[in-house]
Amino acid sequence: MKLQKDLWGGSLMVGLGVVVTAQGASYTTGTLSAMGPGYFPVVLGAILAFCGVSIAIKGWLAAPEAAEKKLPAEWRAWLLMCGSIVAFIVLARYLGLAPATFGLVFLSALADRDNNWRQAALLALAMVVIAAVVFWWAFGINLPLFRWGVS
Amino acid sequence: MIWQSLTDLYYGFGVALAPHNLMWSFVGVLIGNLIGVLPGMGAITTIAMLLPLTYTMAPVPAILMLAGIFYGSQYGGAIGAILLNLPSHPPHAVTCLDGYPMTRQGKGGTALGITMVASFFAASFGIIVMIFASPLLVSVAFELGPVEIFSIMLLGLLMGSTMGRGSPIKGIAMTAFGLLLGVVGTDVSSGVARFTLGFHDLTDKLELVAVAMGLFGVADFLRSVNRLHFVGTEAKVRFRDMRPSRAELKQAFMPTVRGTLIGTLFGAMPGTGPTITTFIAYAFERRISKTPERFGKGALEGVASPEASSHSKTQVDFIPTMTLGIPGDAVMALLLGAMLIQGIQPGPMLITEHADLFWGLIASFWVGNVLLVVLNVPMIGIWVKMLQVPYRYLYPSAMFFIVIGVFSTNGSLFEVGLVLAFGIVGAILMALDFPIATILLGYVLGPLVEENFRRSLMMSRGDLSIFLTQPISATIIGICALFILAQLFFAARGFLRQRRLLLTPPPVAVLDD
Repeated sequence: MKLQKDLWGGSLMVGLGVVVTAQGASYTTGTLSAMGPGYFPVVLGAILAFCGVSIAIKGWLAAPEAAEKKLPAEWRAWLLMCGSIVAFIVLARYLGLAPATFGLVFLSALADRDNNWRQAALLALAMVVIAAVVFWWAFGINLPLFRWGVS
Repeated sequence: MIWQSLTDLYYGFGVALAPHNLMWSFVGVLIGNLIGVLPGMGAITTIAMLLPLTYTMAPVPAILMLAGIFYGSQYGGAIGAILLNLPSHPPHAVTCLDGYPMTRQGKGGTALGITMVASFFAASFGIIVMIFASPLLVSVAFELGPVEIFSIMLLGLLMGSTMGRGSPIKGIAMTAFGLLLGVVGTDVSSGVARFTLGFHDLTDKLELVAVAMGLFGVADFLRSVNRLHFVGTEAKVRFRDMRPSRAELKQAFMPTVRGTLIGTLFGAMPGTGPTITTFIAYAFERRISKTPERFGKGALEGVASPEASSHSKTQVDFIPTMTLGIPGDAVMALLLGAMLIQGIQPGPMLITEHADLFWGLIASFWVGNVLLVVLNVPMIGIWVKMLQVPYRYLYPSAMFFIVIGVFSTNGSLFEVGLVLAFGIVGAILMALDFPIATILLGYVLGPLVEENFRRSLMMSRGDLSIFLTQPISATIIGICALFILAQLFFAARGFLRQRRLLLTPPPVAVLDD
């Protein structure tokens, strides 16, 4: 398990390092005495790639460790939680703060298996009240409570 | 110089005790403690979440409040560790080892009381060190040019990335990743927009709050959802239980002193995180104990020493952050970022230009610690109730506070999206065992490292040997080199040992194929 993790992690860093170096090289790198905007990123990209290679090789060579307990993937929860933030962005843009808050808290609360939709809705309503009183009324957040379409 | 420090400090107390400032200090400690005690809320998350509250405030009360939030959350974390066996902030992991067994023996109140006394003692000591060491460091700091600053930052980053838990190479990779995040946006000297991925909103720079909340808030919730199940504590702690007996105080006194000294020592070293400090304090205490078998079963020393070390380290950590502008760990990096948002540039000029802020902050550290003690005595019953809040209600509410906090920073929905992006990135990196705290350190230092590196080499006309010909810089680079060699040595030794133990075919045969 550890072995695979390090292979994955190392490869990820190598990939990132290569992309960064390539992108950095597209800005002017300049010389040591007069560095361009690309110099520092290229150096960092190279360091990242180098670390990535070391991590991957180390993971590959290292003796396999006792497999740790693998946690089951929580795809439903992850999707709901990521979706809740997306919902906030969309709802805040078109409908205002109150619906956005409701959507965010409702969806993310549903991610937990122990919450049913009623509990999620109640929690969401409570947060809408806080959003309205604390953030909209007291702090004067730059977002109307309700709106229709982009203004 | 010492006399000067004391008069300045007197002035600082005047600032910190001004009713307006005192009030914000109090509010900070209160909310920090309130949020910090909630399961799963570490100090970084708490500070990042509450940071937007300070935007509309004047710099001095804002920073005083943030320092208060930090203390409060730190102490709140200890409550969760002792009563629930739940380390929401990694440095408290060690406190669980003996704190929780004490709770199960019905001595949770005593453990909390000792923690409070030990923290207060350690913080007071750290503050005294800070009062006398800061002016000294400042007088040195004025002599430092870009060459020296770059070397110091390099040392800090190196130690920060390798002294944490887990693999040093992964730490370095994460530091580099953090430095890269700091590069995103418009380059100051050439005006070129870098790594904006075509997003117009990224031409300024990545917003600190969005990065921190994504990595430490959302990422954590994604990792813990449906996995963090804990039962509420049965412990009922009242004020009366918290008062340690005379014998217990005596038992905890020397461990507290030792923990304080260990914390001070490690605080002076840049980049050593608080987690490693508490682990070392605990290990040390156990080694010198005449009865090491008691550790892990509710030894009072095992609570007092690590908690003392983390508090004195925190204080001493503020010295390089405030005088050089080089933060020691992720929390300091976040506080440094908060100061930058307030238009305060930490560094040697800070003490001369913002004397009110600097000495007011030091005085308020002490005031904050007193407030913490005063507050926790009557409030402990409420904190214990807060611990009962189930995680399934907690994280959706926290998601809301995070999102609304990031939005209110700049009123930008794009940055809310950034939180999501960094939440996913952080969760993936954590799943692959990468230490994410160093990302924040790299991110805050990124622009400074680049600028000082550029300026150094401009001065030397591209000659890299300038880092080795300047005496101060050469010494620091030497330390870096020794440090890397030591790390390589330990890694090689551990690697060889492991192979010898675990691989059945002789190593030579494996190398051949």
